[in-house]
Amino acid sequence: MKKTRNQKAWFMVLPVLILVAFSAIIPLMTVVNYSVQDTFGNNNFFWVGLEWFEEILASDRVHDALGRQVTFTAIILAIEVPLGIFIALHMPKKSGFWSSLCLVLLALPLLIPWNVVGTIWQIFGRIDIGLLGYTLDKMGINYNYTQNALDAWITIIIMDVWHWTSLVVLLSYAGLRSIPGPYYQAAKIDQASRWAVFRHIELPKMKGVLLIAILLRFMDSFMIYTEPFVVTGGGPGNATTFLSIDLVKMAIGQFDLGPAAAFSLIYFLVILLVSWAFYTVMMNMDKEADV
Amino acid sequence: MDLSWMGWTMPTAIFFISIACALIIMLIWSVKAPQEPRIGILRIATTPGDRLFISLLGSAFICLFSLAMFGPPLWWELGACFIYGTVVFKWV
Repeated sequence: MKKTRNQKAWFMVLPVLILVAFSAIIPLMTVVNYSVQDTFGNNNFFWVGLEWFEEILASDRVHDALGRQVTFTAIILAIEVPLGIFIALHMPKKSGFWSSLCLVLLALPLLIPWNVVGTIWQIFGRIDIGLLGYTLDKMGINYNYTQNALDAWITIIIMDVWHWTSLVVLLSYAGLRSIPGPYYQAAKIDQASRWAVFRHIELPKMKGVLLIAILLRFMDSFMIYTEPFVVTGGGPGNATTFLSIDLVKMAIGQFDLGPAAAFSLIYFLVILLVSWAFYTVMMNMDKEADV
Repeated sequence: MDLSWMGWTMPTAIFFISIACALIIMLIWSVKAPQEPRIGILRIATTPGDRLFISLLGSAFICLFSLAMFGPPLWWELGACFIYGTVVFKWV
């Protein structure tokens, strides 16, 4: 039987579309307009064509920030995803007091606002009053995230791992809990090793939620701003100046609205492309699972 | 209503009007002749709306790549984008 399709239902989403127009589409249009003009304030604009795009695409400063951003995102994903799966695998399998306690403890970092997380780690890492910085200093380890680029990177990465691994754990745990018991019983009868159970039962069943976790962590870490800005302010030097920090410096610090607009459009397109790729992979996996 | 803060220009207005027209045409097309998603050369199920999205996103990257490599103007690239869009609508 042929399925009836009625596209008129899309008109029901018109109110949302109007709201999105004000919150996203009009600002985006403004950014596009600014990206092809120069302004000195007071709504005076001068047409420059694609000059800002050329400048941004050839800018060493933007290339460096992009390099740092890609490195940061890659490190974050390489740590948080395996660590999240590892923790989820070792959490209590049966619901009860311990599993609830684990879930509550793990959810705590997710509830803390980004600027508070930044402030916590900024103080935690200080060698004069911070527990981490002071302890490392007393142990004779030369640690100073305000002066040493490597220390700043380590601090920011550990902070992000502390803040966001829980998300991967919770999603992986949800995926693990949805696996029916007979799968494990069958594996036991076949005398499957622990690795075989993980590789052929748990990982395929977690694939969907893991992709969501990777997508969320990719987008979030690729757009990270508040936490490194509060901890290091992009320093020492430009060592932790990621794309969004550089963008804000350009737009608000230097008031270069044209180049910043071109920069943000390129940034937006990259995120859109990767997110679309993830979304398409997820949707196709769902369809394959349905078949 | 004063919209001078938005810094409108004729080329950007034409750009957005073109996208709006494309969306309206797609909407009317999908109401008049609903289509099932189909699987093309990318081996993914796409609706005409998906194909428009892939065309626009790909066109943006064609223009950016060419701008970084050869600089403006982008008239030839605009032509390449139309060809790319046609290919996407036909085979993706």
